[in-house]
Amino acid sequence: MSTCCGSVSPSNRPHALCSAEIRRITGVLTLADRWDHIKARWGHRRSDHRVAPGLYALGDPTPDSPVFVTANYTLSFDALRTAVNGVDGYILVLDTRGVNVWCAAGKGTFGTDEIVNRVQAAALSQVVSHRDLILPQLGAPGVAAHEVKRRTGFRVVYGPVRAEDLPAYLRQGEASPEMRRIRFTIRDRAALVPVELVHVALPMVIAAAVLFLLRGPVAAVAALVAVLAGAGLFPLLLPWIPTTDFSSKGFILGAVVVLPFAAGELLGDATASQRVGDALALALALPPVTAYLALNFTGATTFTSKTGVAREMATYIRPMAWLFGTGTLVWLVTTILRWLDIA
Amino acid sequence: MSLQTPCCIPTARACSCDCATQSEVEGQHTSVSRINTLAFSAGLCINCGMCVAVCPHAVFAPGDGIIRVVQPDRCMECGACERNCPAGALLVDSGVGCAAAMISAALRGLDEPTCGCEGDAACC
Repeated sequence: MSTCCGSVSPSNRPHALCSAEIRRITGVLTLADRWDHIKARWGHRRSDHRVAPGLYALGDPTPDSPVFVTANYTLSFDALRTAVNGVDGYILVLDTRGVNVWCAAGKGTFGTDEIVNRVQAAALSQVVSHRDLILPQLGAPGVAAHEVKRRTGFRVVYGPVRAEDLPAYLRQGEASPEMRRIRFTIRDRAALVPVELVHVALPMVIAAAVLFLLRGPVAAVAALVAVLAGAGLFPLLLPWIPTTDFSSKGFILGAVVVLPFAAGELLGDATASQRVGDALALALALPPVTAYLALNFTGATTFTSKTGVAREMATYIRPMAWLFGTGTLVWLVTTILRWLDIA
Repeated sequence: MSLQTPCCIPTARACSCDCATQSEVEGQHTSVSRINTLAFSAGLCINCGMCVAVCPHAVFAPGDGIIRVVQPDRCMECGACERNCPAGALLVDSGVGCAAAMISAALRGLDEPTCGCEGDAACC
């Protein structure tokens, strides 16, 4: 990315001559932006939703205008610029390699060093007269505010968790306790469902096709339902499923959605041992699949800890594997017996 | 978190802590929850309120002289408080609370799970 300042030290150049390195941006989304968001939500080319890092001017900023810092993921950048649409300000985009603020902060790419480098590269101290950077609160795991202050002279001020609260934050001059809390509403969870479905789509279709060929429509649909429950229904129903940990919630949901199919097999017109075998296979093998997908949703939530997830995995991974293995074994045995025409 | 910026660079004069006392500093912290690794040192706290500002789960609240740890069990071990505490009064073994990342790390033989957001399927 070349700038007007090129290799010349920014401090040798008056502000006006450097203005070309400040890109202009509006707070209004285009159709192309919205299409990009849809693709991002469906996990399409997930590392390609990037904004060029650097300094942007929103509206008609003056040296007194606020500076907002964000990640170079289009969803993060666009959430910020649309939230502060109408505000004259600067946006400093860090290079987080197309990753959102929270994940990038965890990795350290939304971090102290990157802020220090970007502030210096943009010669921010000559662009604005104040010394405040407004950061999203969720960037804090990667940024030591006191380090940024020591190394750049800029004070890091943590704004609200959500960009949509920025107008109220700017009016009040501080974030209310409510703005500082992370929420995980049904809207937030629903937004994650497409990418969860994309993750499971291929193995799910293959498994259902194999089951359909070997075992017929009931087993195939039961497998589809178990996977869709884990990847699609679980995120939506999360707070309302009883128990507290993800795996047991997943087992409960899996059992509820699979039991009708097991009952259907039981009421079929095969021999008694075949019907029991088929029903048992579904009831044993499929709820752990839902539970496993539920456990994998921990990373997408806003409240699970490393210690808690490690403990949950130590408790549940083995039972999941055993149940799934036993169910598969029952299924293999009944299938073989059926082929041999014994049962 | 493996991406710790050392606060103790021997040449940095403005540094507020030094390497020699780091282990002693850790000794003063007491665990505040039985279900996570958050630990607090009342003696080191300077009541600056940064932890109150950065915590997304309201674990901390402003107090009289030192901050109060009011909801320690809500801590999700993100590490924001430790990273932003200029006095080193908070310690937490931070990392991703993500089963997919842990499973992926175990399968690939990595020590510290991270979100595989770059080209990888699993991402938190």
